[in-house]
Amino acid sequence: MSKRVGLEASFAAAEAARMADVDVIAAYPITPQTHIPERLAEMVADGELNAAYIPVESEHSALSACLGAAAVGARTFTATAGQGLELMHEVVYIASSMRYPIVMTVCNRALSAPLSVWGDHSDAMAVRDTGWIQVFCQNNQEAFDMTLWAFRVGEDSRVLLPVMVHFDGFHLSHVTEPVILPEQKEVDRFLPRFQYPFALDPDKPMTHGAFGPPEIYSEAKIAQEVAFRKSKDVIIQEFKEFGDIFGRYYHLVESYRTEGAKMLLLTMGSFSETAKIAIDTKKNKGESIGLISLRLWRPFPFEELRQAVKNAETLIVFDRCISFGGPGGPVSSEIRSALYNEKERPKVVSFIGGLGGRDMAVKDFEYVIDRGREIAEKGSKELFEIVGVRGKVTGIRG
Amino acid sequence: MEGQFIKFGKNLVTTDEFVAEGHSFCVGCGEALALRLACKALGKDVIIANATGCIEICTSPLPVTSWRVPWIHTLFENTAATVSGIEAGLKILMKKGKMPERDIKCVAVAGDGGTSDIGIQALSGAFERNHDFLYLCFDNEAYMNTGIQRSSATPYGASTTTAPAGKFSIGQTTWKKNMPEIAVAHNIPYVATACPSYPFDLMNKVKKGGEVKGPAYVHIFSPCPTGWRYATDLAIEIGRLAVETGIFPLYEVENGRYKLNVDRPKLKPVEEYLKPQGRFRHLLEGDIEKIQEHVNEEYAKLKAKVACFAA
Repeated sequence: MSKRVGLEASFAAAEAARMADVDVIAAYPITPQTHIPERLAEMVADGELNAAYIPVESEHSALSACLGAAAVGARTFTATAGQGLELMHEVVYIASSMRYPIVMTVCNRALSAPLSVWGDHSDAMAVRDTGWIQVFCQNNQEAFDMTLWAFRVGEDSRVLLPVMVHFDGFHLSHVTEPVILPEQKEVDRFLPRFQYPFALDPDKPMTHGAFGPPEIYSEAKIAQEVAFRKSKDVIIQEFKEFGDIFGRYYHLVESYRTEGAKMLLLTMGSFSETAKIAIDTKKNKGESIGLISLRLWRPFPFEELRQAVKNAETLIVFDRCISFGGPGGPVSSEIRSALYNEKERPKVVSFIGGLGGRDMAVKDFEYVIDRGREIAEKGSKELFEIVGVRGKVTGIRG
Repeated sequence: MEGQFIKFGKNLVTTDEFVAEGHSFCVGCGEALALRLACKALGKDVIIANATGCIEICTSPLPVTSWRVPWIHTLFENTAATVSGIEAGLKILMKKGKMPERDIKCVAVAGDGGTSDIGIQALSGAFERNHDFLYLCFDNEAYMNTGIQRSSATPYGASTTTAPAGKFSIGQTTWKKNMPEIAVAHNIPYVATACPSYPFDLMNKVKKGGEVKGPAYVHIFSPCPTGWRYATDLAIEIGRLAVETGIFPLYEVENGRYKLNVDRPKLKPVEEYLKPQGRFRHLLEGDIEKIQEHVNEEYAKLKAKVACFAA
């Protein structure tokens, strides 16, 4: 029997790694990720999990140790946040380019300076183009489900890519919610034993990580890109497989009460659940509004997004990261780009908020919806508007 | 130690080559020779993690490879961390019965920059965590792969491209970082220095380092004709002079116990070592005296440790 228990997202992710029977964990503590490695270290110490826990001296070494472990065929897991993800930045590229299916949880955190341990999506956006499959979670159940699913997708022989599971620091990582934990035999049915086909082995010597002269590099990178984009089919397939076994079906782009809606709000991560309440309130007042939540961030779900928003007149995109001097929030600029060649497309209005742990309450999303409608009707000189800051902000011109 | 290397011969030293011909090392490279000997000493049951640097670049241009043993390169500064993961991965996979039990040596290979500069944090961490691995530092005393830029292993007075000798500078103004002693300070079971001019000593140390349980560190002096600017047929002689002048003493530290492997009653003057090398050409008599004094002092310190903590 599956059981329903109260868990933080951090513990949910650790439970998923345990049930996936990971072989190697290498992690360095950073707020708000600490509960994940703490819990896993405890499981190893108590014999609940038969794994090697490597208490490395930095995040750079955390992911580097994961490379080595994955290269010999171990199922490998790590977790980090904010500055930690920045410190491992160059290793993040190596993991995807060398096709090691490492799974990493990122408890999304703002980037310094000023120092902030609190949540936003700046860390995630800084690794947007690193070639990792990336999903965002809305709640703690998803933190469990996506982590389990990440092993299955990444290790698929048609994929062999690392997967990053994002969930919001503190808002999810430190908040207890009910989570349904499946039975081990269901997990084993979903997640077969990892058999890495290219493991380093003295009986079959292989060279990993040779350098690419100009005659080779471009071919290597385009091969990686083609494989990465193709992984979308497996991602969809494994969401279905997951649903068939566990009863929870996930989609690349999630829609909430969008039928016939003229205006849509788009969010990512835990704020989607807050936004849903604002959508309910507005709908009750008779407004034509619905919510789109992006689950899959990379590879970007172009077709699914276009389908989801094609009938809307206005699309309000809410970002939790500033792209300094750029075309608005990183998500809104992706959305604009995805829709640019469409004959009929909604007007895109860009908001940024929830930076460095600044809360976004239901009323803030109601404001975003009201102001978004106003901007869509009357236009605005600003590229985006920031929500919930003191003082009037102007001069954000494209 | 059983099966010590004492002389070359078909049955004594393997004729197998683990780093294949066709690599692109410079003519007369001391490092390539040291690597070849080290790999012979290790045999085929190894996994090598290689830092970015001369060895990596000269042996692995896609689509070909010189490596006949499993080999991985990921980045410059993370090799000790990568090998940590390899070691931990093998151990747990064997423990869980996912891989047959066998002895596979986990070996990290890096240059002096990858070891004593950018890689020192990862190396210190791997030592402290007590992984069962051997770390080989091939020390050619500068960033040779990128064009002879100074490192913390560059000796005092050497001219490099980023610490050039000039009207107002002697070149390198700092003394060489003592990396083997930094390794010793981690209380690991085995630390040694080696030089390809003493091939059997080198091979025995690499072999011992591979057999030791826990971290082992072998610092290999790797004469570089390109960077040090000496004639390409002098690598062996330069290496020998470095040892005979006391500039690079050959010693090992086993469980904290010191042993000097080549102990000459009287050291040769450092001038004999410095003279054939273009990188020291600008040095004046007073500079050489200063280096001599420093070498005497360091050598005396080492001798005192050997006397105090004898093997």
